[in-house]
Amino acid sequence: MNKQTKNWIFVVIVLVLAIFLALFAMPGRIAERLNISVPEFMQKPYKLGLDLQGGVHLLYQADLSQVSKEDWQNSMEGLRDVIERRVNLFGVQEPIVQVQKSGDEYRLSVELAGITDPDEAIEMIGKTPYLEFREEVTEEEKEEILNELRKEIGPKANELVDQPFFKPTELTGKYLKGAKLEFDSTTYKPQISLEFNDEGAKLFEEITERNVGKILAIYIDNQLIQAPTVQEKISGGKAQITGNFTIEEARGLVQNLNAGALPVPIELISQQSIGPSLGKESIDKSVKAGMIGFGLVILFMILIYRFGGFLASIALMIYAVMLLSLFKVIPVTLTLSGIAGFILSVGMAVDANILVFERLREEIKFKNQLKDKRNQLQQTDIDNAFSGAWLAIRDGNFTTLIICAILFLIASGFVQGFSVTLSLGILISMFTVMIITKLFIKTFSQTGLKNFPKIWTR
Amino acid sequence: MDFIRYSNIYFIFSGILILASIAAFFTVGLKPGIDFIGGNLLEVEFKNQPPLVEELRKDLSGIIKGDFTLQETGENGIVLRAKEISDQEHQEILEIFKTKGGDFEEKKFEMISSVVGNEFKNNTIIAIILSCIAIMIYIALAFRHASRLISSWQYSVAAVIALLHNVLITCGVFVFLGKFINLEINIPFVAALLTVIGYSINDTIVIFDRCRENLNRGGDDLQKILNRSLTETIARSIFVSFTTLLTLFAILFWGGETLFPFVLTLIVGIATGTYSSIFIATPLLYKFANRK
Repeated sequence: MNKQTKNWIFVVIVLVLAIFLALFAMPGRIAERLNISVPEFMQKPYKLGLDLQGGVHLLYQADLSQVSKEDWQNSMEGLRDVIERRVNLFGVQEPIVQVQKSGDEYRLSVELAGITDPDEAIEMIGKTPYLEFREEVTEEEKEEILNELRKEIGPKANELVDQPFFKPTELTGKYLKGAKLEFDSTTYKPQISLEFNDEGAKLFEEITERNVGKILAIYIDNQLIQAPTVQEKISGGKAQITGNFTIEEARGLVQNLNAGALPVPIELISQQSIGPSLGKESIDKSVKAGMIGFGLVILFMILIYRFGGFLASIALMIYAVMLLSLFKVIPVTLTLSGIAGFILSVGMAVDANILVFERLREEIKFKNQLKDKRNQLQQTDIDNAFSGAWLAIRDGNFTTLIICAILFLIASGFVQGFSVTLSLGILISMFTVMIITKLFIKTFSQTGLKNFPKIWTR
Repeated sequence: MDFIRYSNIYFIFSGILILASIAAFFTVGLKPGIDFIGGNLLEVEFKNQPPLVEELRKDLSGIIKGDFTLQETGENGIVLRAKEISDQEHQEILEIFKTKGGDFEEKKFEMISSVVGNEFKNNTIIAIILSCIAIMIYIALAFRHASRLISSWQYSVAAVIALLHNVLITCGVFVFLGKFINLEINIPFVAALLTVIGYSINDTIVIFDRCRENLNRGGDDLQKILNRSLTETIARSIFVSFTTLLTLFAILFWGGETLFPFVLTLIVGIATGTYSSIFIATPLLYKFANRK
């Protein structure tokens, strides 16, 4: 098989693959219009970000001051699990709950697609109670605290001498296995019975052992609920809270404790909610803008670079469906900025093509100066044009990739989506130009078309 | 064409623009959005004619503590910006919208604490500085074999100066846009600014690449060689900017309001970038090489 036949086979393979990818990337647009049915895996939808499908994004700051540094990661994972469970109770499709680290601060990012009322979501997440047990401080520690207070508020601190002071223990809602609503058998008042997991039971045993005769206070959301005195060491991992609850209060608390008590306290620092119609509008508009932009670029390429521009336009279309398919397969969460990155990458893909065609033009011009009588487009001219353009394409695209990487590492959300689609676009565009455009030009220039060097470039 | 001959004119022209940008930056300043300083933003779209902004302002001043601004947007939309809105105030505000303007849809509600905003501001500055350093290193490495007449660090310094030129002038344009059409600086603006850095460096490198190639072919008249390189690449520079601007103008006109500031930044930056690659970066190379 000679080289020419081989090239034609490659061209056919590329075109068939491209049609397949086009169906995969836009089944709605192409298959429906042509009335062909596509297999189910092709109809996989794009993964849309909150800004395109509407929803709520909440960012919480975790207060880890009570947790030792080695346990930070653990506590955050616990926090994430608890909130994930909460959110699932709410019936959200595919909620995204992520731990983010920013310097020394840990944050929890919660994305709820399809929810339109942020207050409802915030209330639901915020309701998760933070349960902890606190023990009395030692005499020395108490003296120290009182001294501090005397410095701050003066003699008034002396009124507190008889009051107990508490410090947190390791035992928190993290170790809770379950909570139940019960009624005291004599007073019929509601009470909450707690059951700890194995680790929690052991902690509870240790804590009660070292605090016999002293007070072990139960706090929920930093409020003192009950301060019973420990009579004896309690093993078995069970405890009762008999605070002054109404039945409703107790029932609510039990429900929330069962869904999971927060291992660390959290504070809402940022929220965003996007209505569903805004997202729909954004998709429609940016798709329309993309189509128009793409059409203009193709028109320009054909007007300036003639047949060469036409071949490059086909390569550009293949580039677009390839990139869109990649977005589906990975999958890349598409945001508005991601779409902007995609459209911009089309512009940069065109740049590589233009670099090549300008080189090709110079090659042809150079031969004219040599008074080459045959005046044909040679395969070597094409090779020279591509290799001559390659350094500029490489350096230009690599610097943009470097910036994408910096954006991705430093920024979050909006900017990250942008840098992901832009860098994927750059990589794919280098591939399409150097492989597919080159294949097309080399194959078609082996036909009689090579006798018309003018149709290949400007 | 003799580009290099009029170098001083371009330098003076750009110098004035840069000084004006810096002066505007420090006297008027950019108009920061809530992404940078924290605060609340509420956007609603009414089914029918929205209520008058003046009337809403009167009613809302009873609810919201501190400063707030109201602005019309789109056809029937209203944007409210305030330093702080509690959940309860949020509900009360929606209540007022409802009684004043009838049915509406809450399109957007954002709350960003000043901590997050500050962090974002710092990250932006770090990102720009890191990008400049990374680009300088990359160019110095990629051009390390180009030692004839111009050394690789001269390429990289000239490229980064052209890049800072673009960033400063783009910021300067936005000081004016903030002043006159109330355009705020937000996260998309930063993404766009960084893209301008990437894009314009791309543009500069294509020209430098040609300078390097022509220098390696021999000849000692630096001015002639640089001029030839510019003449050979100017068609490409113009075509590429033109096609990119084509796609960007498509987004600007049809892409909706959310992307508007983002795309406008790109357009200003890319136009400046194309200018600076030709008229600033390459003449700088000439000046650097002739200093010794």
